[in-house]
Amino acid sequence: MSMLKGRVWTFGDNIDTDVIIPARFMNDPSPENMGAHCMADIAPTFAAEAREGDVLVAGRNFGCGSSREHAPIALIAAGIRCVVAASFARIFYRNAFNMGLPILECEQAHAALAQGDAVEVDLATGRVLCPAKGLTLESRPVPEFMRALVAQGGLIPYTRAKLNLR
Amino acid sequence: MTAPMTMSQKILARHAGLDEAAPGQIVEAAVDFAFTNDVMIPVVAKAFEKIGAKTVFDAEKVGLFPDHFTPNKDIKSAENARTLREFAKKHKIRHYYEVGRVGIEHSFVVEQGLAAPGEIVIGSDSHTCTAGALGAFATGVGSTDLAAILASGKTWLRVPETTRFVYHGRLPQWIGGKDLILLTIGRIGVDGANYRAMEFAGEAVAELPMAGRFTMCNMAIEAGAKTGLMEVDETALAHLRGCVTRPFAAVASDPGAPYAEVHEWDVSDLEPLVACPHLPSNVRRASELADVALDQVVIGGCTNGCIDDLRQAAALLKGRRVAEGIRCLVIPGTQAIHRQAMREGLAEAFVDAGAFFSGPTCGPCLGAHMGILAARERALATTNRNFVGRMGHPESEVYLAGPAVAAASAVLGRIAHPAEIADPKGGAA
Repeated sequence: MSMLKGRVWTFGDNIDTDVIIPARFMNDPSPENMGAHCMADIAPTFAAEAREGDVLVAGRNFGCGSSREHAPIALIAAGIRCVVAASFARIFYRNAFNMGLPILECEQAHAALAQGDAVEVDLATGRVLCPAKGLTLESRPVPEFMRALVAQGGLIPYTRAKLNLR
Repeated sequence: MTAPMTMSQKILARHAGLDEAAPGQIVEAAVDFAFTNDVMIPVVAKAFEKIGAKTVFDAEKVGLFPDHFTPNKDIKSAENARTLREFAKKHKIRHYYEVGRVGIEHSFVVEQGLAAPGEIVIGSDSHTCTAGALGAFATGVGSTDLAAILASGKTWLRVPETTRFVYHGRLPQWIGGKDLILLTIGRIGVDGANYRAMEFAGEAVAELPMAGRFTMCNMAIEAGAKTGLMEVDETALAHLRGCVTRPFAAVASDPGAPYAEVHEWDVSDLEPLVACPHLPSNVRRASELADVALDQVVIGGCTNGCIDDLRQAAALLKGRRVAEGIRCLVIPGTQAIHRQAMREGLAEAFVDAGAFFSGPTCGPCLGAHMGILAARERALATTNRNFVGRMGHPESEVYLAGPAVAAASAVLGRIAHPAEIADPKGGAA
């Protein structure tokens, strides 16, 4: 259940939310529209070629810039099931947890993995495996509070519980 | 006796009902003001519905501001603006205003007294940190976080570590808040303050008018920061007296507060700076870029759209002409600033110079509408981001600078130091 298998898409440092989903497409925030234009300005074939279950691997400061939640919506709609990056910008970090997009902070992944590599991601342990390269990469542990938030099903159930709306 | 704390620690502790809050601790904090806009509302409203709350936590403490794709750029944008209007009506939101009576949300919040010292202000837009110049803890979140705040009046926040920046020396001519923040981002990088608060202090900051202080705090996010803060002084109090009537309790960091880092820089020799494509940290001196020809100049926005910014630009444009073949757009932060610019004759100076002077909108800053760039076009803007495709075509380029460099560049049609055209008198906002 918590084991993902997919192909790697690699991106560099400082991938901002304006390139994840350019503002000009935000007049229609439907997942279909967001997914269709995800990464349009820096990887025009990404949206068409990404497959359900793919894993995005990036360098530092992934998701910097605008607070747009349209960015994780676009990645999920494009098929991305996990983002592994050396570090994340803070608003994207919150948004990803809120939207149920698993993200892992792993320093080595970007240097060790290449476009198209087949990887297995164990969300429970944060391990990223690339059997063909014989690699096992460890991620930084997800903070206790974030794990509790995920265990509750994300921010919406968490808020419902807080407000006794169950 | 509690340990010394930073401003952020104090504000977050107070709003969580605690005596102390340590960096790294997660607190559940009460929010004093929460706001969203026309482009985020579809996602906010859907999340709010899923949460299932019947009403917002306090209709007096919520702001809904049509500013991003407004005046409505197309039918889909009009539908989003209507969603915002209907949400406001349904929940009897006090601070909803139509186009013509509003402004760019961050400029409007600080102008209308919707943020005060010691308060927590949360917006669904990353530049919410602008209000930190008034000593508030102001930060941006995503749409689901904002919906949860509208439902509960609270949010979880990790108490940030703080990096303190002290700018020493007198501000040289032409140097303003934009130059100080570009200097800072250039030195620490676009993730140099990720997850942290930035505190701005020192004689040079004390000398800045509110306009330049808002610019600095606005761009704290461009270094990855959760917020940028300044302690309240007489300049800030003078601004607050004009717009805040409720009582507030300003906080200052304690001597010995646990800063993660402290930078002390002498800025008395600083030259006007420009951030080159495609990162706000890619900073050079304007004087090094005199061979960069431009197609468009944008002056204003939430970063540099205060009356002081427009005064500075108008002083350089008055009696001169925008260079042949280039467009200059001037966009005040709010309707009140727009009106003030007309009263003072700034509007006339812009229009006489051949610039386009409009009402407030986020439009060109994020490549939404009104000022989109074609392939290989190049703009210099007083806005906050120069990412790939930010203002239009992915092969276009954006340079960032303050209003003096922008106005001089509009006149010369290339990136220019304001001294190239100015009488030796003007200052900077």
